[in-house]
Amino acid sequence: MRVMVFVKATEDSEKGLGPVEEMKEMFDAMGKFNEELVNAGVMVAGDGLKPSSHGKRIHFDGPSRTVIDGPFAEARELVAGYWIWEVKDMDEAVAWAKRCPNPMMGPSDLEIRPFYEMEDFGEVLTPETTERYERITDKMASE
Amino acid sequence: MLASPTNFADKAGMAADPTHRAIEAVFRIERARLMAGLARLTRDVDRAEELAQDALLVALTEWPTSGVPANPGAWLMAAAKRRAIDGIRHTQMRERKLAALAREMDEEQGMSAEALEAALDDPLGDELLGLIFAACHPVIGPEGRAALTLRLVGGLTVEEIARAFLSNEAAIAARITRAKKAIAKAGVQFEVPRGAELAARLPSVLEVVYLIFNEGYAATAGPSLVRPPLCGEAQRLGRILAGLMPEQPEVLGLLALMEIQASRLAARAGPDGKFVPLTEQNRARWDQLLIRRGLNALERAEALGGANGPYALQAALAACHARARRAEDTDWRRIAALYDRLRQVMPSPVVELNRAIAHSMAFGPDAGLALVDQIADAAMLRNYAPLPAARGDFLLRAGRRAEAKAQFEAAAALAGNDRERDYLLRRAADC
Repeated sequence: MRVMVFVKATEDSEKGLGPVEEMKEMFDAMGKFNEELVNAGVMVAGDGLKPSSHGKRIHFDGPSRTVIDGPFAEARELVAGYWIWEVKDMDEAVAWAKRCPNPMMGPSDLEIRPFYEMEDFGEVLTPETTERYERITDKMASE
Repeated sequence: MLASPTNFADKAGMAADPTHRAIEAVFRIERARLMAGLARLTRDVDRAEELAQDALLVALTEWPTSGVPANPGAWLMAAAKRRAIDGIRHTQMRERKLAALAREMDEEQGMSAEALEAALDDPLGDELLGLIFAACHPVIGPEGRAALTLRLVGGLTVEEIARAFLSNEAAIAARITRAKKAIAKAGVQFEVPRGAELAARLPSVLEVVYLIFNEGYAATAGPSLVRPPLCGEAQRLGRILAGLMPEQPEVLGLLALMEIQASRLAARAGPDGKFVPLTEQNRARWDQLLIRRGLNALERAEALGGANGPYALQAALAACHARARRAEDTDWRRIAALYDRLRQVMPSPVVELNRAIAHSMAFGPDAGLALVDQIADAAMLRNYAPLPAARGDFLLRAGRRAEAKAQFEAAAALAGNDRERDYLLRRAADC
């Protein structure tokens, strides 16, 4: 199964990169961990994200679309980085996540979320709706 | 101690316990490396499996109270080694080995945690690679190699392997036993071959990984929509190999080929579960993440001077399709040129036939007909339905309907299954 692992933002990460020495140390530790993930065939992708001050939000409400510039409040609700992992089950994802070096200077969180797979839709996706979905995505591909 | 190295926690009915599940997950992560270290130590795969299983039992007893150690891999290895020594003491055998092991253990016990970690760590992954090379040794037949690799490196149970290969457990267990005996008899070392020997033995490793992948890939056309785990296991093995041997272009070529082919898994079956050919697939369902990974691996293989390796060339062919957003955007000239190169390094009548098809798409039906005439006498293609089917297609596109009809009918008579036959008869009727 495929999971996305979110590195949740903190007040610190929202300020940008930390002091050079500390960042170096963390990059070394994280680099080693990433290499382990690659060597185990677990790593599919992963990257860090700039603070939300570089980001934008598009707010939807009926026909209206409002663009909101960052930074955004509630650092704990924001994301500072992510991985995509290929694992056997959630237990394995948790075991890997526990091996991650501290992703932030202070207390912080990782959040693991499994991807939906076609089988999950089961009853929801009848052959007819699958076909309709295919027609729509066909159109998207040719645009 | 346990005759069959299946999942102990499941058997004991403890699978539902979250602590045990967590311990098992840690064990699964460490298992391949643990097996590799123990196989090198004992030079006996069965013994290594027993010791690994014993170490899991100790962990299941101790970790719930002591917590998971900081370096679980080193902990499990130390526990397994202790068991090995106990075993040797108990049977009073191999005394010299016992003395050496005991000395090693005594030294380790006097070490700091960091030193122990360093001593047991396998930072280059040499032991794991050694295990893969042993499991894929050419003294074992390809199917035996595949089963043994899935068991030892992938950590799949015999039951899981049997399900994946649509076989039964007894047959797979026998296959694995034969493979282990062949290794023992040949005195295979659990070492990574070097230099010329590496070059000689790498192809048998890559062959096994691709065989595992293709078993999964071909099986997706089956009646069930459940995706077989084999493609995923093969991709995992490919990524492990690419991580451990980043300088081997053909390893990267094979990885690229698998990632790009796997990107189409979801699109290969239509809503009715039937197989959908490449040119008719809904490309929006191709996994762009896997395509990017595949293209990246291919780029690295080519940068290492491996552009003309058989796997890199096949990956380059797959990449041509992956890059085309619509079937009609396919760069058939490039595909034709790649087949011109592939036939040099991987000569086979099937490659020649595919080359003829590519040339017909790039340069018109007459180019295809000229090439297909050159290979029509190949023994391997004599009863091969795709040959007359391709010729029929070229003739039809050249406006020679009557001749095309005869070719499609000849192909239908050779077709391997009903679906293919129906399709060819339909094409004959349309001429």
